[in-house]
Amino acid sequence: MIQVRNLSKNFGPKWAVNNISLDVAKGEVLGFLGPNGAGKSTTMRMITGFLPPASGEIRVGGHDMLAEPIAGKRLIGYLPEHAPAYTDMTVTGFLRFCAEMRGLGGDAKRRAVSRVIETCFLESVTHQSVETLSKGYRHRLCFAQAILHDPEVLIMDEPTDGLDPNQKHEVRTIIREMGARKAIIFSTHILEEVEAVCSRAIIIDRGAIVANGTPQELKARGAGAGAVTVRFAAVPGGAVAALEQLDGVEKVSVIGKEPLAARVFPKAGKKDLGTAIFELAAREQWKLADLHAEEGRLDEVFRAITLPDTK
Amino acid sequence: MKPILIIARRELTGFFTSPVAYVIIIIFLILSGFLTFMVGAFFERGQANLDSFFGWHPWLYLILVPAVGMRMWSEERRLGTIELLLTLPVAPWQAIVGKFLAALAVLAIALALTFPIVITVNYLGHPDNGVILGGYIGSLLLASAYLAISAMTSAVTRNQVISFIVSVAICLFLILCGWAPVTNLLVHWASPAVVDAVASFSVMTHFESIQRGVLDTRDLLFFVSVVVFSLFTTSVILRAHRAG
Repeated sequence: MIQVRNLSKNFGPKWAVNNISLDVAKGEVLGFLGPNGAGKSTTMRMITGFLPPASGEIRVGGHDMLAEPIAGKRLIGYLPEHAPAYTDMTVTGFLRFCAEMRGLGGDAKRRAVSRVIETCFLESVTHQSVETLSKGYRHRLCFAQAILHDPEVLIMDEPTDGLDPNQKHEVRTIIREMGARKAIIFSTHILEEVEAVCSRAIIIDRGAIVANGTPQELKARGAGAGAVTVRFAAVPGGAVAALEQLDGVEKVSVIGKEPLAARVFPKAGKKDLGTAIFELAAREQWKLADLHAEEGRLDEVFRAITLPDTK
Repeated sequence: MKPILIIARRELTGFFTSPVAYVIIIIFLILSGFLTFMVGAFFERGQANLDSFFGWHPWLYLILVPAVGMRMWSEERRLGTIELLLTLPVAPWQAIVGKFLAALAVLAIALALTFPIVITVNYLGHPDNGVILGGYIGSLLLASAYLAISAMTSAVTRNQVISFIVSVAICLFLILCGWAPVTNLLVHWASPAVVDAVASFSVMTHFESIQRGVLDTRDLLFFVSVVVFSLFTTSVILRAHRAG
């Protein structure tokens, strides 16, 4: 649904987005990660047709966003950063206006507006002025506007920013449900959100894509991926030395003394360290309290990839 | 065409849900009444025409029209709603025209509400109502020209005060550039052709001839081209902002 080829954008001498290419198919939820100022918002603004790119090609549903922007925009629902909305309107008035601009009229308009009011839990504020809405409600109103016409492509810039944990959960649930039928891109700073919602994630830094894969693939790139944590019920002598001599162990770091606990890191490419440790413990008759392999953490990957650049 | 009307209706509702439209209309009516009757000495003149009414409009509009137009785009940029508006399936020119028409409608309503003065002058004497109609058409054209200029300045900045001051300055220039003291200033060092060219940009000469009841195509063309040029420049400015 979304095809982006060699997209670049500069503001004066600074390149905000530098030669980005990506594809999002129907049924995919793409998480956009990156430090502040990495070019996430700029990329989304170009895909939605708000900013003209310096160079590159954008196709949404087969429509070239530069040659036929209006046809492309019809397919897109967009939640801009900071959730802007006309403050001089009521909630229903604003949604009706957006519905009309999307070409909905009469009965279709009424149904669409009442559907999103229900989906986004806006019932209690329908006649309130947008100016008096709390941040959470305004965010949900702008989200409602984005899904009003049941778009095939949904692009959201930090959709859960400023929401409380319950509201975050609601929005994530909605995104996940819609993900099966739409092509979705959303940016976020919250890494658990990516694991919870996305089928694929892209990390972008200083205008370029630095990682692209499923959340599992990205996590596997972390320093802690494949490491095994062992907690002992008692303190067996020589356990650390025995672990270090195990085949495929890179290093052992002790993380607890009484009772003993250790993180065992595998050599590159070595898997199933947990089984080997379990067999060793059985032979030596160690009493284990806990033994688990780590998947790797997204925040470690994120820092490892983006930190060198921010220095 | 439809998106233009939807946007215009939204803007117009916005004008009337906030006090802006009411304040503008009431101030316009009070000031035009005061200037016509007290300063312009409508009754003492003993003439069955509305010269003392329309004569003030270039000056009244100088303050009131930029006040209506100053928020047109600066507010969109300040609220960030411009990102919402321009990612809806609408061409930028449609949004520009829609917003312009809504603001013009507010001014047209204010102007239409001066109808009691037409009744008064018809009750007191036998005016040439064709000339009066010409006066109203000229007045609306003048308001459109000022408004288009305000739309342009409001696209430049998200600060409404700057937008207001700059458009007042441009409109003031358009009033004064045909005025003798300004043209005399130019006569000393510019060729007569330049002086004539500058003077022809004055809204006053064009407004006055329409106000006399002479609907010359040149005057009409002047106001229409100021509007078209300013709105086109608005679209260029808005695009330049986004191009970065």
